[in-house]
Amino acid sequence: MSLIEINLTQTMVNENLVDNIVSEPYKYGFVTEIESEKISKGINEDIVRLISSKKNEPEYLLNFRLNAFKKWKELQEPDWADLGYDKIDYQDIIYYSAPKQKDKIKSLDEVDPKLLETFDKLGIPLTEQKRLTNVAVDAVFDSVSIATTFKEQLAEHGVIFCSISEAIKDHSDLIEKYLGSVIPASDNYFAALNSAVFSDGSFVYIPKNVTCPMDLSSYFRINSGDSGQFERTLIIAEEGSSVSYLEGCTAPMFDTNTLHAAVVELIALDDASIKYSTVQNWYAGNEQGVGGIFNFVTKRGKCIGKRSKISWSQVETGSAITWKYPSCILIGEESIGEFYSVALTNNLQQADTGTKMIHIGPKTKSTIVSKGISAGHSSNSYRGLVKIGSQAKGARNYSQCDSMLIGDKAAANTFPYIQSQQPNSEVEHEASTCRISEDQLFYLQSRGIEFEEAVSMMVSGFCRDVFNQLPMEFAAEADKLLSLKLEGSVG
Amino acid sequence: MESKKEIKQPLLKISDLFASTDDLTILKGVNIKINSGEIHAIMGRNGCGKSTLSKIIAGHPSYKITSGKIELCVNDIEPLEPEERAQSGIFLGFQYPIEIPGVSNLEFLRVATNARRKFQKKDELDTFEFEDLVKEKLDIVKMDSAFLSRSINQGFSGGEKKRNEILQMALLEPKIAILDETDSGLDIDALRIVASGIKKIANENSGIILITHYQRLLDEIKPDYVHVMADGKIIKTGDSNLALELEKNGYDWTDEFINKN
Repeated sequence: MSLIEINLTQTMVNENLVDNIVSEPYKYGFVTEIESEKISKGINEDIVRLISSKKNEPEYLLNFRLNAFKKWKELQEPDWADLGYDKIDYQDIIYYSAPKQKDKIKSLDEVDPKLLETFDKLGIPLTEQKRLTNVAVDAVFDSVSIATTFKEQLAEHGVIFCSISEAIKDHSDLIEKYLGSVIPASDNYFAALNSAVFSDGSFVYIPKNVTCPMDLSSYFRINSGDSGQFERTLIIAEEGSSVSYLEGCTAPMFDTNTLHAAVVELIALDDASIKYSTVQNWYAGNEQGVGGIFNFVTKRGKCIGKRSKISWSQVETGSAITWKYPSCILIGEESIGEFYSVALTNNLQQADTGTKMIHIGPKTKSTIVSKGISAGHSSNSYRGLVKIGSQAKGARNYSQCDSMLIGDKAAANTFPYIQSQQPNSEVEHEASTCRISEDQLFYLQSRGIEFEEAVSMMVSGFCRDVFNQLPMEFAAEADKLLSLKLEGSVG
Repeated sequence: MESKKEIKQPLLKISDLFASTDDLTILKGVNIKINSGEIHAIMGRNGCGKSTLSKIIAGHPSYKITSGKIELCVNDIEPLEPEERAQSGIFLGFQYPIEIPGVSNLEFLRVATNARRKFQKKDELDTFEFEDLVKEKLDIVKMDSAFLSRSINQGFSGGEKKRNEILQMALLEPKIAILDETDSGLDIDALRIVASGIKKIANENSGIILITHYQRLLDEIKPDYVHVMADGKIIKTGDSNLALELEKNGYDWTDEFINKN
């Protein structure tokens, strides 16, 4: 064996090790065998009407859906993102799939044990004996919410936490007022599609001056291989209130692509604060890029009130395609928008993610911290817009976008857009790209630290600014979901 | 005394070592033997192979041993990964310690110390026990505990980086420490702190190799042996007087020596 060959082998060994670490087998790939009610494939006006009638919706909502469907037909699928994928056949998707259950479930005891078992396996036990004690959970399985924990306890504080279907029935005034008020159906192609066919999702209402007594969480599970998931989340924080919310997602391994097109709207009134954290671990497809979730999500928060604050933090590790830009519209004077993101791509995953911070009110502030890690043959782009409107006197933004490359076949891009119409404002942008260097690895190894642990330490160190922003309870889960052995390596 | 020394097993034995990188042969037959309790100095011009030798002993993946052997306590270390070499007691003090952003120095030191302790079949230390230990060792290099909470070597001055290296040496208690130009870039005060730290750590059960260009480190730490390296070989070995000679006469004679042979 010549020297060069030996060196090559060594490098390959190292790269394989990195691969092994970042591509730990997908633990959530199982399918639950459950009888479900599905409607026929494809989308047309009748399907939209059928979904609405299945949910016994009021007329205003049916009209909302029909208008959205009309808009969707007029809109073009966006192609500006740095993503390449086969054309989606929208007529080959099932738009409604629900596990068969009794019509009215009064308590968790009546939920199909198979469903409870599924969430148990995902680490989200729902039954009273086992449920997480400090977090209320809304569990969504395919198109429907199957259970929400701690509802009564939250109601004592006036907090409403339920599925959006229930909210449509019981809190129609709030739905009519706020649904689509942040992301109108005409906003973009995927938001229009969601508005037409959304099946379920979570609803949160925090009344005036209430600090939500526990963290709220939604867990989205795609089970069926041929149906899309189109959930819709709406969070309203009244004056002086605050809430921390976490969203988790997993899906089984199928060799077909499943479409996930969600819409999340947040509304913060005067002095209200919403912290929205996501740990996204949809199935990413296999090493050859077969299968995986197409994740086209529109998330936006509106800081209507003075001194209100909306903070997005996300850990994106899954999906074959990620197209997602959680944004803030800063209207209220001195309102604050934040975006903290870690996006990890491996194999043939593609992510085009970032944020938009739209400064409208005076003295509004925004912070963007984005960390992209690309391994394998993946491609990972940050795309962000900071816009300072003409009225946003004294507005400030700070953006930091860092990329880390693992191996030499991955790609990282940064596309920052800055538009300012207000001379009296400050926009700061910093960006960096690094590669885990052989020298850094050797340094740690030469102190007795195993190769795998050395990589984990560095990745974890790279993400630390963002991990610090995650709610304490979920920071550990984020580590787990990053599929990296990060435990214990960072204090 | 003489006979006793002969039966003593060397800690580190390098025999007829040839090594290369990218098809370029850098080491051309190095022989060196270090017994416990000894301090050796390796001196020579830039590019003579001193730093390469130290990296090869530590297992840097860019270099390849083509023939010859390195033994630590009679065990051939060639099959060992760098981390296994470190765990079994080899320590390399870097000429240019690497900065690693985001990774806390304290956590790094704890993980490294425990990796070594595990190999030594000692109990691993928890956070509190380790903090006690590290505080004690900080004194050796007169380091402020504030350095522990920073990222590894990030934003450290040249002197601080070198002190951090010696702190690692103090924690890892290596059998054999190779200190690659630990004196470079240090002012005289920093040099004294580093040198006194090394002397405090040195003991009769371990060996030290000092790689240096200059006499000034050897004024602080008197070596038992001085080796002069040129063109990938050790061309002369002597006691500490050899270093003084080099200081006086320079390295030009080594070129002549190479040309002649």
